[in-house]
Amino acid sequence: MRKQILAVFLAMALMAGLLCGCGGATTQTPAASDETTNSSGAKHANEIVVGIAQDPDDSLDPYQMVAAGTREVMFNVFEGLVKPNADGDYVCAVASDYEKSADGLTYTFTLRDGVVFHNGQGCTVEDVLYSFETCAATSVTKAVVTALSAITDIHAEGNTIIITLDAPNPDFLSYVSSVYIVPKGYDQQATAPVGTGPFRFASRSVQENFILERNEAYYGQGASLDKVTYKIYEDNNALFTALNSGALDLVAHLTVDQVNNLSNGYQVLEGTMNLVQALYLNNAVAPFDNELVRQALCYAVDVDAMLELTADGHGTKVGSSMYPAFGKYFDPALAEKYPHDVEKAKELLKEAGYENGFSFTITVPSNYQPHVDTAVVLVEQLKEVGVTAQIQQVEWNTWLSDVYSARNFESTVCGFDASTLNASAMLARWVSDNGKNMINYSNPQYDEVFAQAQAAADEAEQTALYKQCLEILSDTAANVYLQDLADFVAINPAVQGFTFYPLYVIDMSLLSIVE
Amino acid sequence: MKKRANVFLWAGGILSGLMLCIIILGYFWTPYDPTAMDPKAKFCAPSLNHLLGTDNFGRDIFSRVVDGAGTSFFIALCVVAIGCLAGILIGSLCGYYGGLPDLILTRVCDSITAFPAFLLALVIVTVAGPGTENIILALGILFIPSFARIVRSEFARCRELNYIKSAKLMGAGGMRIMFRHILPNTFPVLLSAVTIGFNNAVLSEASMSFLGIGIQPPYASLGSMLSDSQSFLHSAPWYALGTGGAIVLLILGFSLLSEGLQLKGQR
Repeated sequence: MRKQILAVFLAMALMAGLLCGCGGATTQTPAASDETTNSSGAKHANEIVVGIAQDPDDSLDPYQMVAAGTREVMFNVFEGLVKPNADGDYVCAVASDYEKSADGLTYTFTLRDGVVFHNGQGCTVEDVLYSFETCAATSVTKAVVTALSAITDIHAEGNTIIITLDAPNPDFLSYVSSVYIVPKGYDQQATAPVGTGPFRFASRSVQENFILERNEAYYGQGASLDKVTYKIYEDNNALFTALNSGALDLVAHLTVDQVNNLSNGYQVLEGTMNLVQALYLNNAVAPFDNELVRQALCYAVDVDAMLELTADGHGTKVGSSMYPAFGKYFDPALAEKYPHDVEKAKELLKEAGYENGFSFTITVPSNYQPHVDTAVVLVEQLKEVGVTAQIQQVEWNTWLSDVYSARNFESTVCGFDASTLNASAMLARWVSDNGKNMINYSNPQYDEVFAQAQAAADEAEQTALYKQCLEILSDTAANVYLQDLADFVAINPAVQGFTFYPLYVIDMSLLSIVE
Repeated sequence: MKKRANVFLWAGGILSGLMLCIIILGYFWTPYDPTAMDPKAKFCAPSLNHLLGTDNFGRDIFSRVVDGAGTSFFIALCVVAIGCLAGILIGSLCGYYGGLPDLILTRVCDSITAFPAFLLALVIVTVAGPGTENIILALGILFIPSFARIVRSEFARCRELNYIKSAKLMGAGGMRIMFRHILPNTFPVLLSAVTIGFNNAVLSEASMSFLGIGIQPPYASLGSMLSDSQSFLHSAPWYALGTGGAIVLLILGFSLLSEGLQLKGQR
């Protein structure tokens, strides 16, 4: 009899466990220290607490940072000779002025007077030369190293730095902005980074927090906030709970479901993730080597309905390999190129010889829920035209090795962003022999136009050529282009000045507290 | 304790019977297409239109639960079948003949059990890739030792009994003795092992799908649905409750049934 009672208890325990599981997220209260930070924090002192989802990289060395999340934070600490602003233009930072020669080969930067490093040392041309040298030798960002290798000469004259290139590169400034200026000979960057930015690194506690303080000696307008504390919550539910309880003043990269559940009266801003999400098709694999099939899939997919299903209609249709924040190149007309048309899709499939449809596999990195959700909707939409898709979820590392590096896949849903603020960061990868051409896109016309764009010394001409590249991608339906995902930021109403950048960064110097 | 009605057998029988009926019905008919989406009906609370409400894509949760329970049930059935048949084969040969092969096979079984079961299943699925067949294979292999061990001990016990000795004297062959004379005697023990094994198989499948290495979306199993429902605990608690409830009922039914069967065997 005891055994039976035990069995019933076990069943009840199972049920109870389930209910506890449900309650888990709601009962999780932030630690007491969070509460005190809040009450003594934003409302009184001139500081804010920001929630982030991942601990910054182990090394904070400006040339060793890999994760986008780290760059997002360190953007406030480091600066290059120039830096990007919210409009995607480059403004002077450590340099007070720059000049580009008519042939596009020589750049002359004038060092700003009175730039002081966070350690109190003044910034000299020696430091700038040292930074360029170190960055070119050690940077983990391939594109930057490649761009810097085109420098044939760099030298200082008085307080100017003169850089000579072997070929004109209209994107050169964007790479200059990636060369963060650091003090010469300082070797503690990995643990105690020193830059020239509006904030200086104060302290970090691994897996717990990361603190920045205002750089009092900043040359420009500088920051309004005295202190920014980043608190690290690797668990998404815990992050949300802390936000909802008011312990955090600002959290970015929220999902629409989290925003819908937010009940603390915070202001919610909507931006974009600045990436291109698409059903990327391996153009070397049948049937995707057939342009008609790819176009048919574009017609079969209803992106509007997908946005409605996955994000309550939030998100922006893209139509090609460019996201809307790149206003200079983005062409909204391309997003409407393939309207939802089941009949047309079926016709094209028939023409391609796939009258009875076909089946293929969509490989999705399982740690990105938005991509998985998109794939689920795609399967349902493709069913309508008789195409059967199976989803295969893989771990991020497996995705990187099998799909991205080995190109051993049929199709995948993922997002590509730009590591530097220029069009070639989005477009270079689709050149036939590019090492990152994951989809094996091979189009001589595209290669030619892209090469012309790269070589163009005139900016307007270059922009037109890049736009033509985008059109070619869209015309040939290189991929089923979907959307730039919506990015939600929840912010304490007392904090003002939040600005979306066309890059994955949050500029803390623009924030201020109002009563 | 004498002659009291076997409540467990009855309750378990009715509960499992009911679940089984719903599952079988689900193979032929569900109120909605389990994968059909409806943007206008996202996160509907349970109502007459949607018995268990709808999920984040506006899919009917009841239909998905029925469909998912069917998938879970099918996988559990296959897993138990593989484990049971292979277990009987290995267990009977080892138990009856003994000797060095017995020693080796028993040690192999022991070493399989020495691994955390889940880790092994994870390894198999990682190597072979996710998918229904691979899950069945992985879990099936994991379930062999438990059955083999039970059958082996029964065979080892029976082979020294008098009726076996007399069968041998009458010239019956090894195969005949094993499967004709001894095997039927292991059924009572085997039956409860099967029901318990079935429960474990349902839970293992659910846990694997919960970790995202089981059934691939958009197709549902109870575990994968429970995993999906996590994100919506606040906004759509019925999602987790409906799915979790189905697992509880399925397991509870078979637990009670196995408890009842054991009681019946004791009388």
